[in-house]
Amino acid sequence: MITEQERSIFSITTSIYNWVRENLFSSPLNVLITLCVFPFAFYLFISSGDWILNKAEWDAITRNTRIFLIGQYPQSELWRIGTVAFITTNLLGISWHLKGVVFQRLSLIILVPLISVILIPPIFLDISIGLRSWFALVSMGFLLGYLLSKFQNLSTRVLLVSWSLSMIIDFILLRGIEGFGALPYVSTNEWGGLLLTFFLAIIGIMLSFPLGIFLALGRRSNLPFVKGACVIFIESIRAVPLVTLLFMTLIIVPLLLPEGWRLDRVGRAIAAITIFSGAYMAENVRGGLASVPVGQTEAAKALGLGPLLTTTLIVLPQALRNVIPAIVGQFISLFKDTSLVVIVGLLDLVGIGKAVVLGNVEYIDQQAEVYVFIAAVFWVFTFSMSYVSQIIERSLGVGDR
Amino acid sequence: MSSKIDKNYHIISFEDVHKWFGNFHVLKGINITIDKGEVVVVFGPSGSGKSTFIRTINRLEEHQNGKITIDGIELTTDLKNIDAVRREVGMVFQSFNLFPHLTVRDNISLAPMKVRKWSRKEATRISDELLERVGISDQADKYPAQLSGGQQQRVAIARSLAMQPKIMLFDEPTSALDPEMIKEVLDVMKELASSGMTMVVVTHEMGFAREVADRLVMFDEGNIVESGSPEEIFENPKNDRTKLFLSQIL
Ligand SMILES: Nc1ncnc2c1ncn2[C@@H]1O[C@H](COP(=O)(O)OP(=O)(O)O)[C@@H](O)[C@H]1O
Ligand SMILES: [Mg+2]
Repeated sequence: MITEQERSIFSITTSIYNWVRENLFSSPLNVLITLCVFPFAFYLFISSGDWILNKAEWDAITRNTRIFLIGQYPQSELWRIGTVAFITTNLLGISWHLKGVVFQRLSLIILVPLISVILIPPIFLDISIGLRSWFALVSMGFLLGYLLSKFQNLSTRVLLVSWSLSMIIDFILLRGIEGFGALPYVSTNEWGGLLLTFFLAIIGIMLSFPLGIFLALGRRSNLPFVKGACVIFIESIRAVPLVTLLFMTLIIVPLLLPEGWRLDRVGRAIAAITIFSGAYMAENVRGGLASVPVGQTEAAKALGLGPLLTTTLIVLPQALRNVIPAIVGQFISLFKDTSLVVIVGLLDLVGIGKAVVLGNVEYIDQQAEVYVFIAAVFWVFTFSMSYVSQIIERSLGVGDR
Repeated sequence: MSSKIDKNYHIISFEDVHKWFGNFHVLKGINITIDKGEVVVVFGPSGSGKSTFIRTINRLEEHQNGKITIDGIELTTDLKNIDAVRREVGMVFQSFNLFPHLTVRDNISLAPMKVRKWSRKEATRISDELLERVGISDQADKYPAQLSGGQQQRVAIARSLAMQPKIMLFDEPTSALDPEMIKEVLDVMKELASSGMTMVVVTHEMGFAREVADRLVMFDEGNIVESGSPEEIFENPKNDRTKLFLSQIL
């Protein structure tokens, strides 16, 4: 007799066996490729595992976690960052029940690293108790939100308003208010690390997306002046590397702004990132607009919808949904491009890494570790973005119309 | 059939209407008046200007010479007039042109809500009523891509009717349909005709024309070459090209 356990082990091994056969040894050529590549892949796997666990020294990162996360943000004001993180995870929890799995997957992507950092014992992961408790509190934010959503489901509209409001509250909390004792002003020049990377990326996306849509619509305008201006703007921005734009905004923006106005370094970097990404976004959106059949516009016109309603209710939703992969691709490159702000002296994640390595003699030979860590952080976020884009695409049924 | 027609009111009037696409003269002086409640079937060879003609009625195409008056409103470059006319004229296309990102119900209630400013409740009530009328009330929450061609075209008709138009235009509404679905669409159109709607229908469904039309209009090379009652056109066509064309399609 075969016991239940033996049977299940048996079925697992056969399914592994089948997978290997179908995917690795299905033809003579495949057998050859597998045999050649396998030892190499195996060696790579073993040696990188060995490096990560045994050879590498991670204290450049574990000792400086706070700086990697938030840069020079004053230590006395840490609670503000914690509150922002709490609000965000809390809203994620509240949004858990929303249709589709986007919010659920997003929550997992954020919670799994948080909770693992809390749970890994101090002998293996040498970070401060303070940070661990903050992480725990932020995870609690999620749990609270989740319980709340079990208790009462908020509508999509309410949640959308909450998310937008939370962005504004986050910004005020982080930046503070001049002359207001409870929330002293923290110059964005002191923001750094992952906080700055996120800030640049999120504001950059929120500004460049609508800019791209306006430019794309302008490019299709019947008014020669509007059309011409948009074409010239898009094409000249696309002809220039982002680095050049970063330098240009650094020098030119202060000259253009009226007397008395000033835009700090971070603001100028955002200006450069926004117009750069906006120009590319415009081309993606233009592709989407071209993919919507003229019959859609005609049907809308025939129903009496004016140009504004036709564009916003009929053409744009279809256009954008047809180019989600390209749009998310643009978001991802924007996210990665934020690392270029190092060049104009901002300390984003990469900038902090550089500063930590160069600023401390003890960490000078942990260069590789620091950059591997930064690469891993970037990978996690860009991968999540493209993963979420795939979920959204599937839930909108792109391609099956 | 003719009792519903109000012969004293020309709801559509074309006076010597010309249109060019570049150098190409598509409409060469169209003169026609259509009475309120009348059902006019337009037919003729491909490329003769039927679609262009019907599309000038709600100004999807602009005419260059002559005068078009719809329910007392003259179509000029004046955008207010164009909006007013489009609110009174519904149109059904060969390729349905439903909005693929909206459910069937939202396809129908969108324009009443956004253009006529009805409440969602009122618009939903009307759209459910219309879906009932075209015989697909069980499909309200589906997306257009989930329906058959015949069902999609019936939704398109309901969508136009939701704006409570005085005139309905149909440009080859059954040409893109599989044969077994043509009847379900024509039945809806027949019901509409008998309710007193003014209709201009481009079609080669001559059975429908014989049964429903008050008048048939034959287009050829941008001209109306002949028009008359179904009996006159089918039994005793006067124009040689009408005779030839009918012999080819009947
Ligand atoms: N937008 C356009 N630009 C140029 N030519 C057009 C356009 N639309 C239609 N035409 C031409 O006008 C003629 C009449 O077209 P149409 O009114 O669609 O004919 P029908 O509907 O009778 O087949 C055709 O020769 C067609 O090629
Ligand atoms: Mg046609």
